[in-house]
Amino acid sequence: MLGEGILKGLAETAKNFAGSFVDKERLTTVQYPEERLPLPEASRNFPFLVYDGPDWEAGLRCVACQICEKECPPKCIYIDKSKDKKPDFVGKMQIYPAKFDIDISVCMSCQICVEVCPFEAIKMDTEYELATDDRFGGLLLDRHQLARSNEYYHKIHPTEAAEVDARLAEEKAKAEAKARAAAAAPPKAAPPAVAPSASTPATTTAATRPSVPAQAAKKEEVPSSPPAPPKEGEAR
Amino acid sequence: MINALDQIFVLLKHWIVGFMPEALQPFVGIVLSVVAIVVVFPGLFALTTVLERKGLGRMQNRIGPNRTGPYGILQPVADGIKSLTKEDIVPVSADAVVHFLAPLVLVVVVFMGFSVLPMGRNMQLVDMDAGLLFFFAIGASTELSIFMAGWSSRNKYSLLGAMRAVAQMVSYEVPLLMSSVVVVMITGSLSLVKIVEAQNQYTWGLPHWYIFTPWGCAAFLMFAVAATAETNRSPFDLPEGESELVAGYFTEYSGFKFALFFLGEYLGMFSMSGLGTTLFLGGWSAPLAALNFVPSWIWFFSKVMLSICVLIWLRGTLPRLRQDQLMNFAWKFVLPMTLLNLLVAALWRFMGEGWLRWVVCSAILLGVYVVAGRTGMKRKHYGPRSYRYAE
Repeated sequence: MLGEGILKGLAETAKNFAGSFVDKERLTTVQYPEERLPLPEASRNFPFLVYDGPDWEAGLRCVACQICEKECPPKCIYIDKSKDKKPDFVGKMQIYPAKFDIDISVCMSCQICVEVCPFEAIKMDTEYELATDDRFGGLLLDRHQLARSNEYYHKIHPTEAAEVDARLAEEKAKAEAKARAAAAAPPKAAPPAVAPSASTPATTTAATRPSVPAQAAKKEEVPSSPPAPPKEGEAR
Repeated sequence: MINALDQIFVLLKHWIVGFMPEALQPFVGIVLSVVAIVVVFPGLFALTTVLERKGLGRMQNRIGPNRTGPYGILQPVADGIKSLTKEDIVPVSADAVVHFLAPLVLVVVVFMGFSVLPMGRNMQLVDMDAGLLFFFAIGASTELSIFMAGWSSRNKYSLLGAMRAVAQMVSYEVPLLMSSVVVVMITGSLSLVKIVEAQNQYTWGLPHWYIFTPWGCAAFLMFAVAATAETNRSPFDLPEGESELVAGYFTEYSGFKFALFFLGEYLGMFSMSGLGTTLFLGGWSAPLAALNFVPSWIWFFSKVMLSICVLIWLRGTLPRLRQDQLMNFAWKFVLPMTLLNLLVAALWRFMGEGWLRWVVCSAILLGVYVVAGRTGMKRKHYGPRSYRYAE
């Protein structure tokens, strides 16, 4: 009969209406600022720079190779190479980014920078509360604001971070074996300044980093990015 | 005491008017009634917006607004402040005068409809002999304001929305009138006060509301459909279908003018619900003779709010109709049914008292409803389209 479907529909909504007062399971609402859903592990938003050890500046994995800058489709990454060098996680002397800016208002979260990085230095963050009251400056993050520890990376993407750590440890072990072979052979080159213990790269690099030269000189070189405490209003 | 509570607003008005000089008294009396209408119904509008948002939320298993004040009660206040402080944008190429006048015309016209509604015993602004006629004449003018808005905006969406609105309202005006005519036929008066008084009788404690007769029930259902379409409510909200027309005829309105349109729409809902209540649900009369001690105006307003709740319920349930479905339904189903209902009402009138007229009238209406629903409103199955190209 005409109108039967309307009555059925009305019964359905009436059931919903009454049920939502009785049955808490029905309500799908998550009252956001107070409660939040845990983010899925594969979620991603904007890139960040990984560092090992306690000092963000010394521990940055980035070697300023600028591949990500070139690959970035919307061109939101800006990198300045340093003049001097510092050892990377295997102990090889590398240049580092004197300036590393990402304009997250331009970034489109495509993750291409992460995929092209050969040094596992740039990863995707899950942070999404990035609102600022400054349209231009507030969304242009410098390398200090972008730097996150390896522990943080482990926290947000545990599986992926474990894989990355394993790969880095393998590389490191290979480099050490090569160095040892070189040392066992005619001793012509100075052995690299690496601690002999073969634990995770995070701890070893942290141990080796204090011997980085020209720590103070570097700070003078990059006045645009002082390691100041983050501005208020920025979600850290 | 009970009588005093029932007449409290009337007595209050007379008391205030008593302070005025003789010459001013009729004028002040009218101003007081108008002020009461202008204050009460926007207040109800504020209440209804929050009720609607909460109710719709619950029907969709959401919570609804709950941030402003306890349980989101202050949401209309926040909305009002927001719309007052928003920039009032008038498009450069719009016809500024008509664009400005359209929301005003809507609100004024809708408010005029309340003047003939009896909201309680002795509580009406004017007791017109042709109150129903006046109501429909005024109600038809809302189309004017809607077309003014759509035309003056110089926006394709606005114009399309206005054209849809006018087509829809003209189509549904006919069944709306036709379904109300039966009440006039039985009562023998166009005065809404007389119509309520005719329903304010009781047999065995039960009221003589017209909805409790076969022709009245049918007329009420068709009146409800037509009134929903007339007020542009879902499922007949094609003129403002967001998915197709941005916001329909008020696309180019912002700030307080937009709020006025919103207000006008809800006031239209209230006046239509008030008319439906007056015609079929016994107006201010109590649903049981035993409940007559409750003031009459409480009954009127609770019936209106109940109708509003049903409208919200319908909105939460039904998807929007397509334009051809809308027109088919109006012209091929509702209008023939209202015409039949006129005959049935005449039959009812001339068959005299007795149980036979109940059986005959119900049988005719139900039979035709089932047959017409089966055949006329059958879903058409369109096959795959075949195209013929020019050779």
